[in-house]
Amino acid sequence: MMLTGKNTLVRIDWLTVILFVLLTGFGWLNLFSATYDEGLPVSLFSFASRYSKQFYYILAALVIAFLVMITDGKVWGAFAYLVYGLTVGLSILVLFIGREINGARSWIILGPVSFQPAEFMKAGMALLLAKLLSRFDFKIHRLHNLFLILLFTGLPMVLVFFQNDTGTMLVFLALILVLFREGLSGYVLIFGGIAAALFFLTLVFPLSVFLPVITIIALLLTWLYQHNFKYFLWGVISFSLLFGTVFLVNRMTSSGWSYSRVFFVASLSAFFLWAILIYRYRLNSLYLFLFAWIGATLLIFSVDMVFHDLLEPHQQARISQLLGLVHDPLGTGYNLNQSKIAIGSGGFFGKGFLRGTQTRFNFVPEQSTDFIFSTVGEEWGFLGSLLVIGSFSGLLIRLIFLAERQRSVFSRVFGYSVVSILFFHFAVNIGMVIGLVPVIGIPLPFFSYGGSSLLTFTLLLFIMLRLDTSRYEVIN
Amino acid sequence: MKDPYQNRRLVIGGIILFTGILYLIRLLILQVLDTSYKLSAESNSRQREIEYPGRGLILDRNGKVLASNEPVYDLMMIPRKTESFDTLALCSMLGIQRAELDKGIQSALQYSRYKPYPVVRQIDARRFAILEEQLFKYKGFYVQTRTRRIYPEGIASHVIGYMGEIDLNEIRQDPYYAVGDYLGQSGLELQYEKELRGRKGIRYQLVDVFNQVKGSYEGGRYDTLPEPGKNLLTTLNSELQKYGELLMTHKSGSIVAIEPATGEILCMVSSPSFDLNKLTGRERTRQFEALSADTLEPLFNRATMSRYAPGSIFKIVQALIGLDLGVIRPQTGFKCDKSLIGCHNHPEATNLKKAIQYSCNPYFYQVYRRIILRRQSSNIFTDSELGLADWQKKVMSFGLGQLLQIDLPGVSPGFIPGPEFYDTWYGRHRWAFSTIYSNCNGQGEVETVPVQIANLAAIIANRGYYYVPHFIRSIGEKGELPEVYRMPHHPDVNAAYYPVVINAMRAVIYEPSGTGRRAQVPGVIVCGKTGTVQNNQGEDHSGFFAFAPMQHPAIAISVYVEHAGSGGFWAAMIASLMMEKYLNGEVTQAEKEKMVLEYKQF
Repeated sequence: MMLTGKNTLVRIDWLTVILFVLLTGFGWLNLFSATYDEGLPVSLFSFASRYSKQFYYILAALVIAFLVMITDGKVWGAFAYLVYGLTVGLSILVLFIGREINGARSWIILGPVSFQPAEFMKAGMALLLAKLLSRFDFKIHRLHNLFLILLFTGLPMVLVFFQNDTGTMLVFLALILVLFREGLSGYVLIFGGIAAALFFLTLVFPLSVFLPVITIIALLLTWLYQHNFKYFLWGVISFSLLFGTVFLVNRMTSSGWSYSRVFFVASLSAFFLWAILIYRYRLNSLYLFLFAWIGATLLIFSVDMVFHDLLEPHQQARISQLLGLVHDPLGTGYNLNQSKIAIGSGGFFGKGFLRGTQTRFNFVPEQSTDFIFSTVGEEWGFLGSLLVIGSFSGLLIRLIFLAERQRSVFSRVFGYSVVSILFFHFAVNIGMVIGLVPVIGIPLPFFSYGGSSLLTFTLLLFIMLRLDTSRYEVIN
Repeated sequence: MKDPYQNRRLVIGGIILFTGILYLIRLLILQVLDTSYKLSAESNSRQREIEYPGRGLILDRNGKVLASNEPVYDLMMIPRKTESFDTLALCSMLGIQRAELDKGIQSALQYSRYKPYPVVRQIDARRFAILEEQLFKYKGFYVQTRTRRIYPEGIASHVIGYMGEIDLNEIRQDPYYAVGDYLGQSGLELQYEKELRGRKGIRYQLVDVFNQVKGSYEGGRYDTLPEPGKNLLTTLNSELQKYGELLMTHKSGSIVAIEPATGEILCMVSSPSFDLNKLTGRERTRQFEALSADTLEPLFNRATMSRYAPGSIFKIVQALIGLDLGVIRPQTGFKCDKSLIGCHNHPEATNLKKAIQYSCNPYFYQVYRRIILRRQSSNIFTDSELGLADWQKKVMSFGLGQLLQIDLPGVSPGFIPGPEFYDTWYGRHRWAFSTIYSNCNGQGEVETVPVQIANLAAIIANRGYYYVPHFIRSIGEKGELPEVYRMPHHPDVNAAYYPVVINAMRAVIYEPSGTGRRAQVPGVIVCGKTGTVQNNQGEDHSGFFAFAPMQHPAIAISVYVEHAGSGGFWAAMIASLMMEKYLNGEVTQAEKEKMVLEYKQF
């Protein structure tokens, strides 16, 4: 059933639209400041500068938003697989005919138009996930369902990986929030968080300090959880004995094992000893801690391997930089340092539009794309930062609200997909610019220069708004 | 249908809010609480550019320019800001070898990664024009405008002095200077460095990441304008200086001429000399090394640093002191007893005037003996000691054996021996007149420098006083002469005795058997005295000092020509030509001039 334009406009969630316009408009102002060259003023309507190009992209995005609003909302459900297939197809195509820009082979160039299929694949992925999870009698914990999800999310990730675009690859991981909302065990989130925390902590602290601390914490938790001091005491004593034995044997045989290896051997022995004891005395509630502890220990030992063998040197450098392990403000840390200088120099009120010296004189590399937030920080100060972060958080919360009021699972899952993708971009991009997250090259939605990204986010947002306007019509 | 997981929306919303708040706290710290980033931003985008003032000109007494400036350009490099560039293209633009550029870059890297360093210096205007257009291709490089000295007249090199690049020690001593700055290293350039250099201007400019200037900082509020150096109006007469240098070519020696009434130095020639114009620019180092290695020592200013025995010229001082102490009278005569000390054949010196006219050595042996041994003690050793002390004091009051406050660095005080000197050599009371008699005619241990002898001529010309010889007339537009040059000094002898020696000095030039007859100047009465200086390096130095005209002296002069024999010959002739040139404006003694010009020692 086709809605009339009037009805759509009445029912559209104007708060979301206002936030969208605010972010896009403010984003363009900052892009203008970052790319405007007083010596070479370019007309807004020419195609010669980034701000004028972005102006056209915004116009195109508005047209697409309008088109989405006048189209029947049901097409998205109906053509979800098709859209997914199409975007994946383009991503495969790009591997063969793509152009490499900045080390990522992710651009398709058709005459004057160039775009990144990986961006559109985010929309395809969101639609597919919504379709998949809204199938009749879908239970997320069924193995074949999990397998399907893994397959359909894994495929785009692999494709993006081959395009050498790690940042975009990680975006798909954000969809775990959707799965969590739809019933995936909360432990996945918790363990994911703990694993990430352990990963970074291990890089910062030496193993010889970190491992005993983890062990003590595990044992302490046992005590608190079980209200049984005896177990804790036995745990500490037995572990100390094991450790001491291995240590002494190592000493006397002059095997020359490192301290961490001694600890590792002691840990493995302790694990088997405790597993036997727990089994023997039927202390089932302790299994969880036991496995969590051994999991953490194994993870810690694997960090070194992951860090040095799986990560590229520039990724290692960015992580080391973030954790303060190396200080190289003129080399690998240059971007981040310059970005922090620009933002930090903005003060509370900012230097004013077109007045940021760091912005105007190009001290921050990639400022119009990934580092656009440094312009906000410098020229609009803390007030500008507050506006941007407030608007993004507001938009995300509003989208959660919209998703929750949907009566169809499809719409709700799609809504959460939009939230997850948008949130990941927001959190990682701004976090990286202010030095809280390793430098991962993904754009700030509605702000960063680039047509593909802007069109994709507009599309995601307005499909959601379109679904929202017709939420009473569909049951499924 | 009830959704069991609906509450999880709160968890997701919580994560979002947590992230937002965390980021806002971080931004609050970064933007509001921590001020260090503001400073970083300033130093990032603010460049301190030095504007070099024009160095003050050096002018002769009539305002003729002796040293002026022309712009040159240094290619500065900030290693931290450089990127890889086409070295060959840069070399060919600058017309230098690859190795030279590499050396400059090496030095820059050693000096600092953050501070600018001149990798290629003294690029001339023509090459700069080519470089300027291409400079944007070379990130981390910029051009610093400086000035280079040029010397239009090419004279008075020792007086003007050369410029040289500052070394790191000097920078540490005076923070005014920066690497690559030039400063005076000798002569007036060094003496008046602070006045000549002016004050650098500082301009703060906003630059972008490529160090390209984007405008002035805060509207130029913190900028200071360069203050040009003060011009130096000197006492030199460039015509006379030029003529003196011409006469001294191919000879070792010096000419110093002073205006007696003021102490202004009219010319100071030291030969062999060097061309200051070759000691600027990119060839400087090579030229300088060649000059330093030259065995004739062209960089050595003989006029102020060469310590010669004054020879017979010193007899004038002996005569004045003898008269003042009353040990002789103008009528006193002594036999020319060659057993006391060697002498040449001349008519009998029946009075002081004739003794000076013939330059009789035994006569002054007697004079000196009477000065030293005045029976102030019955012990001959003590008598000698007391006598010598009196004598030393009086001699030094003529500006000899002491550092004259001439405004030129590196002036030697010469030496007038006193009792302490001989005490250290022989022991107290172990020497007497017989030990020191050779001082009598300006040999022995007596040493003077040519400028002191010219000053001595000025003292006699003035009949008993002198102003410290100097080169400065005025610093800047209406600079005052320093106190030290406005204060007359009076030697410790009665002024009544000067006419006696002046008459004798006239006789030296005009009477038969006078030793300085070659010093005559047409139309002017000259008073002078020859000095033939024995030395242990070879033939005698030819020395002469004089003043003229006799009644109203306008010029006092000393001339030394090393290893040129009798003082009455080359030195007297050169003095004659110089005085004629100065007093009459032109030289009519063509024959004399030709002889001098044709006399070549090397």
